[in-house]
Amino acid sequence: MKTIPLPKTNMDQSTTTPTSSTSAPTVPVALRPPSAIEMNSLSAWYAKNQVLHAIDLDIAAKQVCAFIGPSGCGKSTLLRWLNRMNDTIPGARATGKISLHGVSLLDAALDVVDLRRRVGMVFQKPNPFPKSIFDNVAFGPRLHRIYSRTDLEELVEQSLRASALWEEVKDRLSSSALGLSGGQQQRLCIARAIAVGPELLLMDEPCSALDPRSTASIEELIRELRTTYTIVIVTHNMQQASRVSDTTAFFYEGKLVETGATDLLFTTPRERRTEDYVTGRFG
Amino acid sequence: MTSIAARNAAEISQRGRLRSASAQMLFEGSIKFTLVGLTLLSVLTTVAIIAVLIEETVGFFTMADHPEISVWNFFTGTEWSPLLGAQPLFGVLPLISGTLLVTAIAGIFAMPVGLLTAVFLSEYASPRTRTILKSVLEVLAGVPTVVYGFFALTFITPYLLQPLSESFGTYNAMGAGIAVGIMILPIVCSLSEDALRAVPHSLRDGAYALGATKFDVTAKVVIPAGLSGVVAAFLLALTRAIGETMIVALAAGGLAQLTANPSQQVQTMTAYMVQIFLGDAPAAGVEYRSSYAVAFTLFLITFLMTWTGAIILKRYREEYD
Amino acid sequence: MLASCLAATTIAVLVLSALLISIAIEGTSALSWSFLTSFASRKASQAGILAPLMGSVWVCAICAIVAIPVGIATAIYLEEYARRSRLKSLIQLNISNLSGVPSIVYGILALVAFVRFFGIRSNDDPLTFGSPESFMYLQIPFGPSVIAGGLTLSLVVLPIMIIASQEALRSVPQSLRQAALALGSTQWQVVWHVTLPAALPTIMTGAILSMSRAIGEAAPLLVIGGFLLVFQTPTNLMSDFTVLPLQIYNWAGRPQAEFHKIAAAAIIVQLVVLLAFNSIAIVIRQKLQRPLQS
Repeated sequence: MKTIPLPKTNMDQSTTTPTSSTSAPTVPVALRPPSAIEMNSLSAWYAKNQVLHAIDLDIAAKQVCAFIGPSGCGKSTLLRWLNRMNDTIPGARATGKISLHGVSLLDAALDVVDLRRRVGMVFQKPNPFPKSIFDNVAFGPRLHRIYSRTDLEELVEQSLRASALWEEVKDRLSSSALGLSGGQQQRLCIARAIAVGPELLLMDEPCSALDPRSTASIEELIRELRTTYTIVIVTHNMQQASRVSDTTAFFYEGKLVETGATDLLFTTPRERRTEDYVTGRFG
Repeated sequence: MTSIAARNAAEISQRGRLRSASAQMLFEGSIKFTLVGLTLLSVLTTVAIIAVLIEETVGFFTMADHPEISVWNFFTGTEWSPLLGAQPLFGVLPLISGTLLVTAIAGIFAMPVGLLTAVFLSEYASPRTRTILKSVLEVLAGVPTVVYGFFALTFITPYLLQPLSESFGTYNAMGAGIAVGIMILPIVCSLSEDALRAVPHSLRDGAYALGATKFDVTAKVVIPAGLSGVVAAFLLALTRAIGETMIVALAAGGLAQLTANPSQQVQTMTAYMVQIFLGDAPAAGVEYRSSYAVAFTLFLITFLMTWTGAIILKRYREEYD
Repeated sequence: MLASCLAATTIAVLVLSALLISIAIEGTSALSWSFLTSFASRKASQAGILAPLMGSVWVCAICAIVAIPVGIATAIYLEEYARRSRLKSLIQLNISNLSGVPSIVYGILALVAFVRFFGIRSNDDPLTFGSPESFMYLQIPFGPSVIAGGLTLSLVVLPIMIIASQEALRSVPQSLRQAALALGSTQWQVVWHVTLPAALPTIMTGAILSMSRAIGEAAPLLVIGGFLLVFQTPTNLMSDFTVLPLQIYNWAGRPQAEFHKIAAAAIIVQLVVLLAFNSIAIVIRQKLQRPLQS
């Protein structure tokens, strides 16, 4: 699937010419820089509290980028600016620039509903709706489009297969999602995000509430999914970052300390603080 | 395998027909407009209450054929006899004192009983007992006030009060006051219990760790910590007592007199309003209009009390947030 | 401490038992089928509660139709839409103040606004809609009619309904809203598909408790001129009406003991209705309230 530029207004995405939007930049697909996300001097505040300081960071398309750093370093805040979930928090604001495939995300005129449909998010704690498994997965698609019954069923099946949950739940799609185990619930949440057809998947410590076995299955899933999606994962767990990610960004006290290929950052960090953190001297 | 499915899902997800964004925005807008409109209804209610009461009260104080009525005389007069004699007298103090007497009796009964029951519920009762007691209180809270009035008239006064002393008449402040107290008991109790349960467990644990007994913890830690919530509960309950109508209309009597004797009959502000609105007083007459001035007085008193209660409640909620 | 707490709790339980027992003793003998199906009468032995019973049904139905949607809508606006602002806290303070306004004061507002329509149009020359045969028959001003009674009660219970619905919405975990928002839901889609369904059992409990408050109210209806003796059941929105609590007040206020007996019988009916309301609320609370999060 081709990455589709993010238009400011809704347009019919089912057309095969992704650059038909008037408001999106008309850069041909092949010439587009490999970065999916670019941030320039991004600063963010909660009320008067500055939580991010002039972040410059590029995230490559179809790769897994891990945000690591001690609690309160701003990594989750940064993630929540990528789909503007911070809009729901009174007093949250940001300056600078974030662009996703060239479209500015901090633009006041941006249609955030449209943005969130192109950016899936998986939360720290599994949060399935108190509905059936099928309705959970179909929730997002139904919001945005009108599908035939067969398309919808196929979409649910493929999404559940994509999150490696299909075999476990195919016989009980109409039973409540709350009956699933924690790991299954989290995979359901991933299926739910996939079903909308996003370009970018955000994962906010997706395994922190799970047991080691479920964690392993989710990590494997993340590695599989990066062939289709750009994935940004926030994690506390450095082993997890080194296992799943291609690039890693290390944050400390709201500043981006170091970023680079994951294996390099973990073996030969350039910065002292990165080294201290990845070797477990603090954090 | 997974990645193929993901690609399939991405492909299928684009098959559906997009919902119209502009229609959706229009829909969102009209929903929000409707919600704002309905929310403003409650503001409108307050404005309308105040406007109606002020208008009618001003009308009462400026009646051309009753120059003797003035705000000063109304609030300082010690005699209320609008229906008797050649010269009706409108001094609201007897009605206020009657209201306060009934409220005081209700408070003296309901505040200690309610608070102690709340302490029992939050600190001592087993979950089972708690469920049973809560449903008892829920039943008490749901009983219509006219039923309490009937209870005062046919049980409290004849079987509890009159055997104690012959001075109690059929209608008296005491019987009505106790009935009002029973009515506000569930309010005192459930609001105080909320306040006590809101006291964080860490505070209790801290005291226990210092070797405090259950009594110490309850009396010296939990109740003081929940005090503002308990005070707010008392205030809100007393507000209900002041505004209570059917109990006093049935059981307190109809004679407005300045007395602190609970065996006497008294007339409260609300009972006077019932008397006027039930009676045949002409709508343009001075007695009829006096009821609006009484209603306005009642409204001001209860408004101030609820406001204070709400502010105290807000403050104590913030303490633990 | 424990002893005094126990004593206090015992008092509360004793009071309830005394209340129920004394009313049962007084009223059971007067209860009969004909009591439920006859109109009021000068003779206590022939009097019944058909008119107030049907009046209560009509008035409460109107009250529910108005107060429940408006209450839920207000709660949705305050909890899901309004940003934290001075205006919001003012509206919130206003609602808690309204919940403390004595019901008789609402009666006065209703008398001026609904019954007399602020005097804009005389009651002797009303605007008429529909024919008296239709239950939708309407005149403005309303006069002391069923519709005026229902609207009056909706004023009384609206703050209760709003506060109960707000609490229900607040109890829905924030994570569900976040999940819906992150999938690209609009604000209303979050409310309609996620928050409201999750809060509905609690909201319905609140609605039933509000209605049980409405069904027991007498004072505001007395002010707007609810009748004490009515010899017909309501047939349209403009019908005269009385309600059970008003009928109880009327009988309880008479000196004769036989009227106290039928007052007690009417109270038993009223309490049975309330108990039914409460049991429905409990059933909803227990059966429908699935866990929102595992």
